[in-house]
Amino acid sequence: MAAIEAPTLAQPQTLAGRLVRAVSRSPVHIALLGLGVIWLVPTLGLALTSIRPKSEILASGWWHIFSGRVTLSNYADVLHAAGMGHAFLNSLYITIPATLLPLTFGALAAFGFAWIPFPFRDTIFLIIVGLMVVPVQTSFVPLLKLFRSWHLNDSFLGIWCAHTAFGLPLAIFLLRNFFITLPKDLIEAARIDGASNLAVFRRIVVPLSVPALASFGIFQFLWVWNDLLMALVFVSKPSLLPMTVQITTLQSTYGVEFHLLSAAAFLLMIVPLVVFFALQRYFVQGLLAGSVKS
Amino acid sequence: MSSSEALPTPISEPPTAADDAPGRGLKSRFGGLLFAAPALIVLGIFLVYPAVWTIRLAFYRGSGFRFEHFLGLENFKEFLTRDPNFLDRSHFPPTGALINNLKWVVLYIGLCLGMGLSLAVLATRVRYERAIKSVIFVPMAIAATAVGIIWLLVYSPNAKIGVLNALISGFHDPVSFLGQPSTVNYAIIVAYVWASTGFAMVVLSAALKGIPTEILEAARVDGAGEWSIFRRIMLPMLSLPLSVVTVWLFINVIKVFDIIYVMTSGGPNGASRVIAYSMFAETFMNGRAGYGASIAVFMLLLMVPVMILNVRRFRSERVAT
Repeated sequence: MAAIEAPTLAQPQTLAGRLVRAVSRSPVHIALLGLGVIWLVPTLGLALTSIRPKSEILASGWWHIFSGRVTLSNYADVLHAAGMGHAFLNSLYITIPATLLPLTFGALAAFGFAWIPFPFRDTIFLIIVGLMVVPVQTSFVPLLKLFRSWHLNDSFLGIWCAHTAFGLPLAIFLLRNFFITLPKDLIEAARIDGASNLAVFRRIVVPLSVPALASFGIFQFLWVWNDLLMALVFVSKPSLLPMTVQITTLQSTYGVEFHLLSAAAFLLMIVPLVVFFALQRYFVQGLLAGSVKS
Repeated sequence: MSSSEALPTPISEPPTAADDAPGRGLKSRFGGLLFAAPALIVLGIFLVYPAVWTIRLAFYRGSGFRFEHFLGLENFKEFLTRDPNFLDRSHFPPTGALINNLKWVVLYIGLCLGMGLSLAVLATRVRYERAIKSVIFVPMAIAATAVGIIWLLVYSPNAKIGVLNALISGFHDPVSFLGQPSTVNYAIIVAYVWASTGFAMVVLSAALKGIPTEILEAARVDGAGEWSIFRRIMLPMLSLPLSVVTVWLFINVIKVFDIIYVMTSGGPNGASRVIAYSMFAETFMNGRAGYGASIAVFMLLLMVPVMILNVRRFRSERVAT
């Protein structure tokens, strides 16, 4: 006790000073903490609802959780009976190639645009900058027609292509802007030593650009994982539906059943949250690069 | 490793000029194009070609996947004048998807910017800055589908389930926020603001940190109050990031779809439709591909200013460097 109190007793002036400061700043604290609570409560409500039995969800609000039972049966229900387990895998099957493809093609193209001159290079690049904001809606009907005639509509190939195409402009834009900042001397030296463009790309550009590649990769991963609209349009076979679409199917089959919906929504959130907390720095960098840099 | 690329290049000479020099092989002249080729082919087949196709379809009566009958501008005229779901001017104030989307533009962008800016400024003054910023930013990672479910729970008209109705239950009857046309749009907008404010906050906060502290201290020494420091120094220095965030929010608000589909499916009675929702509904629920295409083209037109802005900004940046 004495050991804990000693420092405060030793600095009475700072304590008083701190108190004065705390009181004068209390509006700031109240505003920030208030907003913090508003931001946390909705997610907390969903999390607590997802671990309560159906009967209790209907009988009392999630804020009564401490007077009731806690269960994981909702998760078991949605994973098995409601098909969310299968949909989880589908989400992975869709998202991983739809992230790696634009990352690879985008990096190759960005290297070309940054370091190898070719005719109309800057014009083509400006067109790609313009393509960044083309709405996905302009692709729906023609792509469906195309996928049907190529027999891609019963597989993931179609949605991979669509996500790759709509991810590429941003990938090329971001990565080219990063590649161009790499030290010129290093690349020139390698070329003088006889390295081909591909070798320069593989041995110098890619290893030096891991942060930029990671930023775009995470951005695209979350974008595809979280997407509902493109999956609604381009994935029609029930056994291939990703989690986002499966949740809307749950809604239309069972109605608003919060014991199922809350568990399903939480399953959908897990992967992005893990990615977000594990790779927060790259994630924020990716977002910033996508907006502030331009 | 081709011999032409291995040619020794004088270091003093700028590399672009060296590579562009005439007389070099075709391979080196088009080598860069080879790197860009996979991306350009994918973009051509799956983005540019469909967009051109859709623009053409917008002038036809297409059903299913066929061009049926050339209509000229009929589709565009229809959604601007004769489709009460899109724009209903028969009463005042007008209603419909276009008006709803206008509400979205004003409220969503305004609230995200206002809250994001306030949070960015206020958070720098407290010791739990990182914690509060994480809390506000986390919803950015969550799918709009999940955001929709989260807020369905908040807005539940049953006061034993929905926290909002539980809070007002002492002095008000339960409100069906999503069930009545007068509140449904605002309710969904609030949910999406909750999900997007973190983005505005993080970008603006990063820009604020970039303002040299000497400038702020000098102003304080000169006796400037906190408010005038904010108005006269911070705000002008934030003009570029503010415009960047505004553009990002604008793009987001024109394409908003997922959260509405999950929370209300455009209802009740079409009261919460927006442009992107109309496009989806007309194309896939009503089978009017041509009409849907004209709405998609309308969305593309709304994006043209952003497109021009991006290209211009990129060009001026290149001149500057």
